[in-house]
Amino acid sequence: MALSGLDIFKLLPKTNCGDCGVPTCMAFALKLAQKKAELSECPHASEKAKATLGAASEPPIRLVKIGGPPSLEIGNETVMFRHEKTFFHPTGIAIQLLCSKEEKKLLKEIENVESYKAERVGEELNADLFFISQDSADRDSFLKTVNITKQNSTKGIILDCSDTENLKISLEVLKDDRPAIFLREKLTDEYVKLAKTSDSSLIITADSFEDLQSQSEYAKSSGLNNIILNMNSQNLGYQLQNSTILRRSALKKYFKPFGFPLFTFIQAEDSYDLLAKASLNLCKYSSIIVLPKYDKAMLYALFTLRQNIYTDPQKPIQVDPKVYQIGEPTPDSPVFVTTNFSLTYFMVSGEIENSGISAHLIIADAEGQSVLTAWAAGKFTGETIAKFIKEINLEQNVRTRKIVIPGLVAQISGDLEEKLPGWEVIVGCQEASDIPAFIKSVRIT
Amino acid sequence: MDFETPKENYSGKIIEVTIGATPEEGGTRSHTITIGGSTSPPFHFFEGKHPHPPRVAMEVFDKVPNKYPHSLMEYYRDVIEKPADMAKKCVEQYGAELISVRLEGTHPEKGNKSADEAAGIVRQILESVKVPVIITGHSHFEKINEVIKKVCEITAGENCLINYVETDNYKTIAASCIAYNHTIVAQSPIDVNLGKQLNILLTDMSFPAERIVMDPLTSTLGYGLEYTYSIMERIRNDGLAGDKMLAFPMLINPGYESAVVKEARASIEDNPDWGDQELRCAYWEIATAMSLLASGAELLIIYHPKAVEVVKNKISEIFNSKKGS
Ligand code: B12
Ligand code: SF4
Repeated sequence: MALSGLDIFKLLPKTNCGDCGVPTCMAFALKLAQKKAELSECPHASEKAKATLGAASEPPIRLVKIGGPPSLEIGNETVMFRHEKTFFHPTGIAIQLLCSKEEKKLLKEIENVESYKAERVGEELNADLFFISQDSADRDSFLKTVNITKQNSTKGIILDCSDTENLKISLEVLKDDRPAIFLREKLTDEYVKLAKTSDSSLIITADSFEDLQSQSEYAKSSGLNNIILNMNSQNLGYQLQNSTILRRSALKKYFKPFGFPLFTFIQAEDSYDLLAKASLNLCKYSSIIVLPKYDKAMLYALFTLRQNIYTDPQKPIQVDPKVYQIGEPTPDSPVFVTTNFSLTYFMVSGEIENSGISAHLIIADAEGQSVLTAWAAGKFTGETIAKFIKEINLEQNVRTRKIVIPGLVAQISGDLEEKLPGWEVIVGCQEASDIPAFIKSVRIT
Repeated sequence: MDFETPKENYSGKIIEVTIGATPEEGGTRSHTITIGGSTSPPFHFFEGKHPHPPRVAMEVFDKVPNKYPHSLMEYYRDVIEKPADMAKKCVEQYGAELISVRLEGTHPEKGNKSADEAAGIVRQILESVKVPVIITGHSHFEKINEVIKKVCEITAGENCLINYVETDNYKTIAASCIAYNHTIVAQSPIDVNLGKQLNILLTDMSFPAERIVMDPLTSTLGYGLEYTYSIMERIRNDGLAGDKMLAFPMLINPGYESAVVKEARASIEDNPDWGDQELRCAYWEIATAMSLLASGAELLIIYHPKAVEVVKNKISEIFNSKKGS
C-alpha cells in the first residue's frame, strides 16, 4: 500500500535541516513517495517513521493459509468496496463438529459435508473447513474427533479446545496439515509455543480493540505471523461495525496489528437467522465464517452469495463464444442461440439438456452480457448474430436452417432473417425454465 | 502506535422521505413511516447518525402472479385472490410495515384491467389496512400512466409511494404525484449516472426532493446481485460525499425478483444439491435482502413471511448496537 508524499511528510521531523541532501523535508518526502530515495538517508527519522514506511511495503492485510494442499487462502484484501477493484480471497465456510457426538453421528456429519457439492456457473461449491469444538469434559473425545476428521476429510481443520495438553496432542496428529487454533481466552506463552512448533495459524479473540491490538502485537513480537482476528460480539450491528473498523484500520491507516483476516462464529436462533447473519458478515469482511449447523439449501444460498460478492466487477464471468454441443447432435439437430454471459449459458444449456434432446447451442460474443443487457447495448442484434454465424461457418456444419432465439429479443427476428438468407428464425420462450415445454410444443427443426 | 477508531467525514446526508399521511395530514393512515436521514454508510453508528431504521413492506396483487412459488402459495392460498384480505394478513399476521399493491393485471397483455378497477382495488386496501401504501406498476407506459393517474386522484392526500417512473416515462406520473401529494420511486437500470439523471429531471420539474425514493433495480441472489450491490454502494458513497442528486433513500425488491427464479420453485428431487425447496425459497430472499441492506437499502419489499420476520428482526438487532461499540 503506497503512502503519499504528504503522508510521509507528516512522519518526518519537519526541521528542513538538509542532511538528507535535499533542502526540505517536504522535498525529501516526495522523493520517498516516488521511491527515488531511501528513508535511511534522513539521519533524524523517528522509529515510528521507520516502522510505518517499512510496513507500507508489505500487503496491508496478510495472506493466511489453512489446511491443504490445496490450502484455503484468506486475507490479502486491498479495498473496502468491491467496485474499487475486487475482493480477492473468498470467505472460507467452516462447519462446526461437536466432539460430544457419538462416533456414528460424527462420521455421518463429516460424510455429509464432504459429499456436498453443488455447481453454479461452472464453479464447484464446497465448504472449506471443519471447526472442531471440545464441548465435553471428556478429553479423549476431542482427540478422537480430530482423528476421525483427519481420516475422513481433506478439509482444513480449526481446533477449538481450551485444554492445552489436549491441543498439543491434536497438533501432533495434524502436524503436516496447517491447522488453525481458535482461542477463547487471552493469548498466553503456552499457546504461542504450540502455534509456533506446529506451524498453525492463531485465531485470537478479544472484547475490545485495545485488547485485540495488544494480543496481536504480542503474537507478532513472539514471531507468529499467521494471525486471524476475532472480536467477541454476537450482535450483528457490532459485528458489522467492528469488521469495518478493523479492515479500515488496516487498509487506510496501515495499522499493522489489525492487518489480518477476520473471523466470525455465528450463533443463531434458527436456520433463517443463521443465514441472515452469515450473509451480512460475508459481505462485510469476514474471511472465515463458522456455522454451528447447516442445511443444503443454506449452503447453496451462502455459496451463491459468496460467488456474487467475490466476482471481479470489471469482468463478468463469461464463456468462450463458439458452438457448444448438447448431447450428441447430428447435422440435423436443432440450433439455439444466446449470449456468452456465463449465467445465461449455463441456464440455457442446462434446460436444453433437461429436455433430453441433442442440439447445437451457439454462444455469440456479447462481451459477457445477459440477453437483454447485450441487446440494449447493441451487442446482440440480428447483425451481430448473423456475422458470428458466418464466422464460425455454421452453414457448413449443420443441415437445418432453423434457429431458435431467446424470447426476450423477439424484436430482432425480422432483422436476423434478413441478414441470414435461407434461415427461418423461431422466437423461443422468455425463460430458460420453460425450454423443455417449449421444445415439446413447437417444431424447431 | 495506539489504536484510534478510523472515522471518516461525510459532508452529505441522505434525504428523509416520509410515506403515508394521518388524518391530520389529509390521509387515513394510522401513522407515517420515514426513511433516510443517515449521515454515514449503512449501520455505521460509530461515525454518523441513522435516525430511521430500514423498513420492510410486503406485496399483494390485483391478479395472481403467473409464477408464484408453491412455497409462498402455502401461506397465502386463502387470500391470494383477495388483495385486501391478503394485505390484512400481511400486516396483522406477518408484520408488514407497509403494503405494496402490484397492479400487474392492468398490463394490456396480462389482464388489461381498467384504471377504475385498479383504483377500486387500491381503495379496498386503504380500507383494510392502516399502514402506508405503495402502488407498484409495470412497464407498459401508456397504460400505466392512465392507471396511476386515476389511482393518484382517488388516493389524494394519502401520500402513497408511487412505484415507479423511469427516464423514458416520468412526466405524467410525476405530475399526478405533485398534484395529489404522493411520493415517487425513480427507477434506473443499475447505473449511477442514469439514476442521477432521472433525479435531476424530476427535481427540474419542481418535484420535491424529499418525496423521491430511488430504485437502483434489484437483481436477486445469483442473478446479477453483485451489480445491484455495487451500484448501491457507489450511489450511497456519492450521496454521503455530498452529491445531493444521489442522496436519496433506496427501495429494493427481493420478493418479486426472487419469486421468478428457479431456486424459488425447483424441487429438491430435481436438484438434490440445492436442498429443501421451502427453506430455499425463504433463504433466497433473506440473502438478497441482507446483502442489499449492507449496501444501502432503506425500503425492502419481501414476500416470504419467514424472510420478513428474520429481516425485521435483524434490522432491530443492528439498531440495538446504536449506542456505540
Ligand atoms: C445485471 C444487469 C445489468 C448488468 C450486466 C450484467 C451482464 N453481465 O449482463 C449491468 C449493470 C452491467 C447492466 C448494464 C446495462 N443494462 Co442491464 N440489466 C441487468 C438485469 C438486472 C439482470 C440481467 C441478467 O443478468 N439476467 C439474467 C440472465 C441469465 O438473463 P438472460 O440472459 O436474459 O437469460 C434468460 C432468458 O433470456 C432465457 N434465455 C437466454 N438465452 C436464451 C436462448 C433461447 C433460445 C431461449 C429460448 C431462452 C433464452 O434464459 C435465461 C433465464 O431465464 C436486467 C433486469 C432484469 N431483472 O432482468 C437489466 C436490463 C437487462 N438492463 C437494461 C439496460 C437498459 C442496461 C443498460 C443499457 C443501461 C445502462 N446502464 O447504460 C446497460 C447496458 C450495458 C452496456 N452499456 O454495455 C434493461 C434492458 C431494457 C430493454 N428491455 O431493453 C434491463 C431489462 C433493465 C430494465 N428493466 O430497464 N445491466
Ligand atoms: S534530513 Fe530529515 S529532517 Fe533533515 S531535511 Fe531531510 S528529511 Fe528533513
